[in-house]
Amino acid sequence: MKRVAIVGVGQTKFDRRPDASIREIAFEAFKEALEDAEIMRGEIEASVVCSATHYDKQRTPAGVIAEYLGLNPKPTFNVEAVCASSGVGVRTAWALISSGLHDIVAVVGFQKMTELRSDEIQEVMGRSGDVMWESPFGPTMPAYFAMYATAHMQKYGTTEEQLAKVSIKNRFYGAKNPKAMFQKEVTMEEVLRSRMIASPLKQLDCCANADGAACIILASEEKAKKITDTPVWIAGLGLGSSPMTLTSRGPLLTSFTCTVEAARQAYKMARVEPKDIDVAEVHDCFTVTEIINYEDLRFCERGKGGKLIEDEQTYVGGKMPVNVDGGLLAKGHPVGATGASQIRTLVQQLRGEAGEAQVKGAEIGLAHNLGGIGMYCSVTILQV
Amino acid sequence: MAETKIRDFMKYLEEGKVAGTRCKKCQKVHFPPRADCDSCLSSEMDWVELSGKCKLVTYTTVHFAPVSFRYDVPYILAVAQLEEGPMVFAPISRDIKEDEVKVGMSLNLTPVKIVGGKVMYELRKP
Repeated sequence: MKRVAIVGVGQTKFDRRPDASIREIAFEAFKEALEDAEIMRGEIEASVVCSATHYDKQRTPAGVIAEYLGLNPKPTFNVEAVCASSGVGVRTAWALISSGLHDIVAVVGFQKMTELRSDEIQEVMGRSGDVMWESPFGPTMPAYFAMYATAHMQKYGTTEEQLAKVSIKNRFYGAKNPKAMFQKEVTMEEVLRSRMIASPLKQLDCCANADGAACIILASEEKAKKITDTPVWIAGLGLGSSPMTLTSRGPLLTSFTCTVEAARQAYKMARVEPKDIDVAEVHDCFTVTEIINYEDLRFCERGKGGKLIEDEQTYVGGKMPVNVDGGLLAKGHPVGATGASQIRTLVQQLRGEAGEAQVKGAEIGLAHNLGGIGMYCSVTILQV
Repeated sequence: MAETKIRDFMKYLEEGKVAGTRCKKCQKVHFPPRADCDSCLSSEMDWVELSGKCKLVTYTTVHFAPVSFRYDVPYILAVAQLEEGPMVFAPISRDIKEDEVKVGMSLNLTPVKIVGGKVMYELRKP
């Protein structure tokens, strides 16, 4: 098993992109990553293309993406795990390299979502659950997570104000991240007064649809050391699954078992404990999800996630800086690109290139990428 | 519902019954009904009529809906636990007001005919 490092990262500013197609935004991110790595396109030996289905007219997008990036006839294929697509893509690339099959692999995550109207996207997302037993009743992505919020508030006394504090923190950091869709901070009043989407989740409790692409270039140890003075090593990986139907997940809808499982695997492989993590990116598709993630990743005790954000312990300078690039809530959530964007942020943190939001001396980072309504979870631990 | 091994579920629903399947081999009760047991992998099932009695586990009021549900908002979706053990995902009947809904309350899973003659189920007051 060879050691694998990340040698190049790139991403577009997440935004509405009526000016560009999926192949063009993928190209932007890819080119930025190549320039970051300072390697030639010809050195890429395989590409892993990551995106969710049904958001664009292009069936099986790896075909056009690899073509547009000029990567034929090198191996290419799609990896899909909804919102965890590019987290899983990085895991796939790791496996391709550590097995010795390839030395340098590019992971390209992308999504264009704003070609559909918001409610059309909800129609698509309403089929993210069980299409036989849930979709006929009109659920939406926010509705699923709202049910977790209701249960968490009932069981642990988590409050709407604590949920809002997640939004406030992530918008604070989004304003420092030129790649984030939302560049303005929000206040408690603005969050609590925002439009109700699915009780108790309001508009500012929810991430926004966005268009964007992110690219991660990985290399074997031998190649990585030649390419860069600052390789960022993949120290641990985990992938877990939970039942798709809410009704098969047991009577306590206050935790994502796929996260618990993926984190267990990753901490074990990296031989670290939660307290060793210096900076984290977690899947904040909704404010409540970030709070549950704190607990599932063991950043705090079960039920104490609300207190962790309330005590401001997840800001830079706190016990566990989380989503200090704005997270999904401020960056926007181009589904297939999010996992790679989280990893790019950690790579910059561990290289000391994170600017205003730099966590001083960060050496170990954790990326947590949840798919759909919580069926898939990818956890990646990076180390310098 | 025609393209599934458990299509008889609709017949029971049309008769006003909510039915699950019970594995002949390991006795596990499945709701929603399954043709194949995930516990022991047997495909030998009996149909069992469920009482419909359940307790509310969690819920949400949907205000922003998929296109085909846009005229129904707001509506309440819930997860409840049936007295036989399995859980159910269903809407709460419009007879129950939002401020009456409380986690832990007793409800009844009831077949209901909707517009177009289609039969589904919803959670009503016991």
